[in-house]
Amino acid sequence: MSCADCGNIAKEAREIVAEVGSEPEKVIPLLQEIQNRHGYLSQELVEAVAEEIKLPVSRLYGVATFYSQFRFEPIGKNLIKVCKGTACHVAGAEKVYSIISEKLGIEEGETTDDQLFTLESVACLGCCSLAPVVMINDSIYGKLNPAKMGKILKEYADGK
Amino acid sequence: MGNRVIVGMGSCGIAAGAKAVYDQLEKADLGAELCMTSCVGMCYAEPIVEVENEAGRIMYGYVDSKFAEVLIQSVKSGSELPAENRIKEDEEGKKYLDRQVKIALKNCGVIDPESIDEYIAEGGYEGIKKCISSMKPEEVIEAVKESGLRGRGGAGFTTGVKWSFLAGAKNNPKYLVCNADEGDPGAFMDRAVLEGDPHAVIEGMLTAAYATGASFGYVYCRAEYPLAIKRLEKAIVDAKAKNLLGDNILGSDFSFNLKVKEGAGAFVCGEETALMASIEGRRGMPALRPPFPAEAGINAKPTNINNVETYANVPFIMREGPAAFNKYRYEKSIGTKVFALAGKIKRVGLVEVPMGLTLREVIEEIGGGSSTGRPLKAVQMGGPAGGCIPESLFDTPIDYDAINATGAIMGSGGMVVMDDQTCMVDVARYFLNFTQKESCGKCTFCRIGTKRMLEILTRITEGKGVESDISLLEELAGHVSKTSLCGLGQLAPNPVLTTLKYFRDEYEAHIKDKKCPAGVCKPLITFKINPDKCVGCTACAKACPTKCISGERKEVHVIDQEKCVKCGICRDTCKFDAIDID
Ligand SMILES: Cc1cc2nc3c(=O)[nH]c(=O)nc-3n(C[C@H](O)[C@H](O)[C@H](O)COP(=O)(O)O)c2cc1C
Ligand code: SF4
Ligand code: SF4
Ligand code: FES
Repeated sequence: MSCADCGNIAKEAREIVAEVGSEPEKVIPLLQEIQNRHGYLSQELVEAVAEEIKLPVSRLYGVATFYSQFRFEPIGKNLIKVCKGTACHVAGAEKVYSIISEKLGIEEGETTDDQLFTLESVACLGCCSLAPVVMINDSIYGKLNPAKMGKILKEYADGK
Repeated sequence: MGNRVIVGMGSCGIAAGAKAVYDQLEKADLGAELCMTSCVGMCYAEPIVEVENEAGRIMYGYVDSKFAEVLIQSVKSGSELPAENRIKEDEEGKKYLDRQVKIALKNCGVIDPESIDEYIAEGGYEGIKKCISSMKPEEVIEAVKESGLRGRGGAGFTTGVKWSFLAGAKNNPKYLVCNADEGDPGAFMDRAVLEGDPHAVIEGMLTAAYATGASFGYVYCRAEYPLAIKRLEKAIVDAKAKNLLGDNILGSDFSFNLKVKEGAGAFVCGEETALMASIEGRRGMPALRPPFPAEAGINAKPTNINNVETYANVPFIMREGPAAFNKYRYEKSIGTKVFALAGKIKRVGLVEVPMGLTLREVIEEIGGGSSTGRPLKAVQMGGPAGGCIPESLFDTPIDYDAINATGAIMGSGGMVVMDDQTCMVDVARYFLNFTQKESCGKCTFCRIGTKRMLEILTRITEGKGVESDISLLEELAGHVSKTSLCGLGQLAPNPVLTTLKYFRDEYEAHIKDKKCPAGVCKPLITFKINPDKCVGCTACAKACPTKCISGERKEVHVIDQEKCVKCGICRDTCKFDAIDID
């Protein structure tokens, strides 16, 4: 990493802290802001933010690793969240998950080599009436079956 | 007043296609005002559009782009509105709605949740105005006690009594929290209330603040509910602009400020002490009580926590008086309860019913019974802390004590209905997997005991169970619930214990006969094509992801068992019901 990068990272950390706040109770919102910007928590930025708010890095990582929302690896262009809540489980979420996993060749938590898709699961999106449900980026798709899921994936792969 | 066209835009409606319908209506130059509301609870008929004219409001369901066009034409031309898809008037709609009593959901799907004026027009903020202008804080607490309202977040503690603890606390400032973490998978009551009527939650919290002397509040909302967060934040801004929140509310010396805190994905943060740790920016680990939140909560200051639905009931109670609420009662359960109906039930959605209705009335009459045409087997209530109530006990009334007696709990209101193709061992394994992943790790038995239980259940679903496994599960269940600090661990064995109690034969079939009677557990089943029924349409072969089905067109197909991954896609695809599970 060049020093220009270090400078940029420190600058971004200051920006984030100025926006969110520097009190210890802001640790979660700070981490959320880093992830909103980059899709994951990069070590450099977490360290820079910790320095900015004068808390040990371990405190930030302690929090980050506790909550399932936080990721430590970059994500692909499209983030797929398969709901594995009770209603979706009973309605066949596993089949929907399998078809995605099979078609993309990745498991939960992984990203495709072409950086197009990251696959995750969530415990309920609150749209149980449409089970099984999958969220891709900000859109929710419901009443899925493997065939329908396959079509949707293709749309995204084709650059939706 | 001109005509209005109102689209149901809850996140479920949007996912079902309401946004596309809205866009279509927007482009159409309707000659009527285009408005939105949130989820009315009739999720089974989404997308939903209402047309309002002098004659009243007519609700249309199943609105696809074609039907939207029909609506557009008749609204534009002022001709007779279509007679079909009127979901409130048809037989189904009547059954769904007739027995419901809407208090917490009163405004959901009726008003525009982003308009404070519409909330006020429905009597909103009258309750808190009455409190500020003519009631002492003690009188407010008395009224809430008299109403009989109990917490809707799961445990069912009497709300007025809880408030009196905070009111009696000496330390300042005092905090209020609204628990909008809604962690139970398969439940969406709180999402619907926040998206559909955020001001009711704010007014409920204001009332609590006035009654207890709290000056600051948080709504802790799970991150998976972006629309709820957005609407709540707008509602807070709007309420401030009208001096209904902030300093010197309505010119009095009562001040209350409110903020939204976004959760970060941890089920255990629904537990009160963990939630407060999370608000303080720490790992969400539960802590020993005492001290109770009312003595030392957020920042070691007195704190009161209530659920979304609990707060949402309060404006009604203050406006209409406690008697209007407690006239609905069954034994010690008072008022109404919101349930999210999901799973294998015909009319999925959100219902609010008076206490004392039976599960059968809710599931079969309101919900319309099985969606698959197959017999229903059980209903899961209370999420990971709850249990499965078998069909034979569907006559149990909705009442905290009666439901506890079955081994399940009232919980926060999720009802996931299961038919005979749901494997109860798999359901138990599903919940144990959930709690085991969500355990914060503080207590040994919750951390490791649930893992051992999960291993045993997994082994059983794989056909590797041994006869002693059942007693081992029961023994471990006892230890886990006795030695865990918080409700997560204490109640984690419930799904296992209730399924063992009511569906022991299914466990035994897995262990002794190496069979999964419901045809779910993959290692115990094989997919076979019935030569008498197969017409050789090739549909299954095309659909199979591993391409392991072979056969010529118009000839009987066969599955290569070596390569079959038992995904079941072929069975769902076959139109001739020719693929059996063995
Ligand atoms: C592991 C665990 C998770 C919980 N999750 C929630 C939740 O998501 N929402 C909720 O309102 N209460 C939840 N509760 C119950 C709360 O701790 C608390 O009892 C409730 O918010 C109190 O509000 P009430 O009195 O209005 O019901 C949970 C409890 C435990 C032990
Ligand atoms: S019971 Fe489980 S979740 Fe609760 S404090 Fe103990 S380890 Fe954590
Ligand atoms: S169960 Fe799945 S893998 Fe097996 S034959 Fe059917 S479609 Fe193919
Ligand atoms: S269980 Fe999948 S959306 Fe609720």
